[in-house]
Order: sequence, then structure tokens, then C-alpha cells
Amino acid sequence: MTAALDLAPIWLTLRLAATSTLLLMILGTPLAWWLAHTPSRMKSLVEAVTALPLVLPPTVLGFYLLILLSPDSTIGGAWISLTGDNLTFSFSGLVIATMIYSLPFAVQPLQAGFEAVGRAPLEAAASLRAAPWDAFLTVASPLALRGYLTALVLSFAHAIGEFGVVLMVGGNIPGRTKVISIAIYEHVETLEYAQAHALSALLLVFSFVVLALVYSINRRFPVAAG
Amino acid sequence: MGTLDVDIRLGLPDFSLEVAHSFALKGITALFGPSGCGKSTLLRVIAGFERGARGRLALGGEVWQDARRFVPPHRRGVGYVFQDTRLFPHLDVAGNLRYAERRAPSGGVARSDVIEALDLGPILGRRPGRLSGGERQRVAIGRTLLIHPRLLLMDEPLAALDGHRKHDLMPYIARLPGAFDVPILYVTHSIDEVTRLADDIVALSEGRLLAAGEVAATLERLDLPPVSGRFEAGSLIQARVKGVDRQFMLTLLDVAGQEMVMPGMAVPEGTDLRLRVRARDVSLARRRPEEISIRNILAGRVAEIAAEPTTAFAEVLVDIGGGQNLRARLTRASVSELGLTPGIEVFALIKSVAFDRRALPRRNDPAAYEGRHGAGARYGAGARYGD
Repeated sequence: MTAALDLAPIWLTLRLAATSTLLLMILGTPLAWWLAHTPSRMKSLVEAVTALPLVLPPTVLGFYLLILLSPDSTIGGAWISLTGDNLTFSFSGLVIATMIYSLPFAVQPLQAGFEAVGRAPLEAAASLRAAPWDAFLTVASPLALRGYLTALVLSFAHAIGEFGVVLMVGGNIPGRTKVISIAIYEHVETLEYAQAHALSALLLVFSFVVLALVYSINRRFPVAAG
Repeated sequence: MGTLDVDIRLGLPDFSLEVAHSFALKGITALFGPSGCGKSTLLRVIAGFERGARGRLALGGEVWQDARRFVPPHRRGVGYVFQDTRLFPHLDVAGNLRYAERRAPSGGVARSDVIEALDLGPILGRRPGRLSGGERQRVAIGRTLLIHPRLLLMDEPLAALDGHRKHDLMPYIARLPGAFDVPILYVTHSIDEVTRLADDIVALSEGRLLAAGEVAATLERLDLPPVSGRFEAGSLIQARVKGVDRQFMLTLLDVAGQEMVMPGMAVPEGTDLRLRVRARDVSLARRRPEEISIRNILAGRVAEIAAEPTTAFAEVLVDIGGGQNLRARLTRASVSELGLTPGIEVFALIKSVAFDRRALPRRNDPAAYEGRHGAGARYGAGARYGD
């Protein structure tokens, strides 16, 4: 273990996971709320699309994202004219890719949480003069706390460990798109086993702690609907 | 307060509700019927919880719903007491009360009055999960009062409670309209609750209005299938306690100038009581019977006879004076044998009476209720007294 451990991939990974998780919670909550309450027939379709990242190989997802975000595409082109920057092989592109990849890990626990709360407490809140937005913040959200915590922890952890999609969309640019998993891959390729070992062990421990956290959350916050 | 004007239709896959009625909204109005008749659904429509309902809804001229408008539930100012209470489990009792209080218009009901009226003081710090069924329902009622409702909707608030707790909670509910100046629409399938609590009754059957009006008058109508069902059908009569027979432990009652007796009830003299007499517990005789164990025999005249051609029975309405009527269920054979026709003099033999603790009028004299509640509770509510 001669070469010092390069910390840049770790910070980049944390920044990526934090940003994408934050945005996911903001965008995933209304989607999960809609899925939990809609009588629409579109619901199963939207649920299926949301769950796609669970079954697709990351390379397939990454391939389509690469095409979708490329400078020649509508979205990628618009982004360039707005910010002057590429979406592919950039941090912003990685955030978008990570959000899509982690979508089910945020939406599904939230949806389950809102469904467990149900309509009854919302009707009670409405009968106490609480507007829908008020009822969402003061009744549905506290009762779905466990769903929020699970969604938060799972999508953050999932973003940390991602490899395939990042490689496809972001490549391997130090300080820009080189996250931990890619750094490990590179260390192994160049036979720097000591560095690969350190980063791998870090991810292993981190993943274990996160999962232990999720399960203890599930014990401590039983679904409080009723 | 004005009236609650309802003219709505709601089609559900296996059920349709179609009700047009103007609720007078004074005191407690019972929305009565068997389960599945649509009474709870109607309550939900009035609260604004059933978006599929079509038609018109207005309270005192303020339109809640018509072809163009739909006022959302939280802007109707209607309190709703759910059968399953729906207290917020993440807040303690005080927190639940505060939730309502914060959203109420200013100048509403005082928190301390509600806590006192419903005896919530000792349980303020507890979580809903640690309350008994009766306590939970009292908190739910208190929470609803604190939004200063213009109308209180109660959906079978006693249904989930056992008999004893039911009777403990009833006096709290009976006091609400007078103490907090709020009319109540009270959904129930129990005729017992109707006669104890309600001033008016609106009876539903299979999603349609069956009958509506003052409780006693509606229950004795012969032109309708009995709203309470054959078994419980009967009439309400008013009585005043006029004395006690200490030797035999009987309470003497004055009913339209005639005397009735009940087993000693320790109710003060002068108290007004409402008695419920089931039609099947009343027999008729042309002459006053002698040497008979039945003590309650009232003289009267046949007011109306409704024979049921498809059964063996007929219902006879007997005018016992003082504007009061008794309903009797006889066989058609008896009607024919006795030669009963309207106007003829008869004696009504009452085999059993259920007394209602609540006296009338109630609202002018809220304090009197307390005493009667105490008295009634000692003898078990709804005690039936046979001969």
C-alpha cells in the first residue's frame, strides 16, 4: 500500500448521491402520492415504468440515457444551449442518470407509506378544516415517516454503489465522473489491489451499516396509520 | 341556523342513493335505517367526501354543491365524528385538540369548556393508542367541537362500544346541541339511540327516504312500514313522575291524566320522562279487565286501523288523550272479533315499557338532565318493565 488513497472519487460519490437523493425525494414524493391515491387506469403503466430500473441491466439503461442525453438529442441539445455544458460525461448528466436508476428505491417505499396511511386520516384532517396541502404536511407525512426514511436511505445507498449506468453515461473523468465504483474498477485493471481493497472495504462496510439502519428504522417506526 | 337542503344522487356499483330533503336542523336529527340503507353514505356526501355525488347541497342558503360548484370538505365548516374516531396516532390527546383549535375561526368554542364538558382533563397527555373506546370517542367529539362547527355530523359514534360504554357516552352527546349551540345529524341503526337522543328522525331504506319528522309522530305512523322494523315498532309517550309507592317500590307516572307505574326508579317528582312502548307489547280490550296482573291499563279510543292483508296482523293506533297515541299490533282476527272501528272506546294493556331517561323538553333545562342520568344509570338504561 504505497500510493496514498485518492479521496476525490469518495467526495464525488457522496456529492452525487446527496444531490440525486435530494432531487429524487422532491420529485418522487408527488409521483408516489399520485400512485398511492389515483383511481386512474394509467397507474399500472406508470408503476411498471417506475420499476423498470430494477430489472433492466444497467448497461441497457445507460445506453438509452447516453442517446437521450447526447448533444445531438433534444434534451442534451437544449441543456447545452441553456448551460453551455454537455449532459453526457458530466456531473449533471450523472445526477440525472442516477435519479432514474434509483427511482424505484425512492418511489416504492414512499408509495407503500402513503397507501398504509390511507384516506381515513386525510378525511379526518379535512373535517378539522385542514386544506389538502396542510393535511399532507401535518398528517400524511408524519404517519408515513417510515416510508420517507426508507426511501431516503435506500436511494442514497443505491446511488453510492452504482457502476454500469455511470460508466455508460459519465465515463471515467477524474474529479468529474470518476466515482468510487469506477475507481475500484480502474484500480483492479491496473493491478493496484491495495487501493481497490481499501475502497471496496469502505463500500462494503457502508452498505452493511445502511441496511442495518433501514431494518432498525422499520422496527422503530411501525406504520402508524389508524 | 336555517336548514340543510339536500337533493342528491350518487350511483355506486351495487347501490344508489337518491335523497331530497330539507333538514330542519334543531337539536339532534337521527338519520336512521338498517345497515346498507345509505345513511352513512349520505353523511359522507353532506361532508363532501363523496366526489361522485350529483345534485345540490346547501346549508342556510350557502351552496356547497350544485351543477357548477363544489365546496371542498375543509371549507364547509362541518364537524365529523367518525365511527372509528380517526384520532391522529402521532399526536397525544392535547395535540389532537390543538390540531382542531389552530384551524378554527376565532371566537369559537373555548378549549376549557370542551375539556370540562367531555371530562378530557385526566387524559390530555395520553396517546390515542392508550385510550379506551369510550375515551377515544369523547376525544373525537371534543376535537370536532373545537373547529367551531356549524353542523355536527356523527356516524354511529356508539356502534363500536359495548353496551355499558354506550350508555355512559349518551348523556355527553345529548348535551351537545344545548351546550355548544350546534345542530347534530346523527347516523344510527339503533332505535334505542333514536328515542333517547333524537328530536327528529329521517329514516332511509335502500338509498331512499322512507319517512321524516318528529320522532314520536314518525314512529307511530301506520301508513309506513315501521321504520324501526316490525320487532321494535312502537310509539313514544310522555309521562311525568307524580309520586312513589314505597311499600311496593313503584314509581307512579302521569300519562295524559291516567296513571302508569314503573318499578322504583328514584326519579324526583315532577320529572318528565319519555316512554317507549312496542306495538307488540300492547293488547286491547273492550272492557277494563279485572283480576289481571298487568298494572298498566290506559283508556283510549281507536284512532286508526291499518290491516295488513298479506299477514295475520293489523296495527291499531289508540288515542289515549292529551294528544298522545299508542300503537298496538293485533291479529286481524282480534280486530274483527272485538269489532274495532275508529272512534270506539278501548283499554290498552301494556305488557312492557322501556323508559327513556331523557326528559322533554331538554334544552331549556340542561341541569335537570344530570339528575336523571344519575337515576337512570342506577337502574340500567332502557330497563324494560313487564307486568
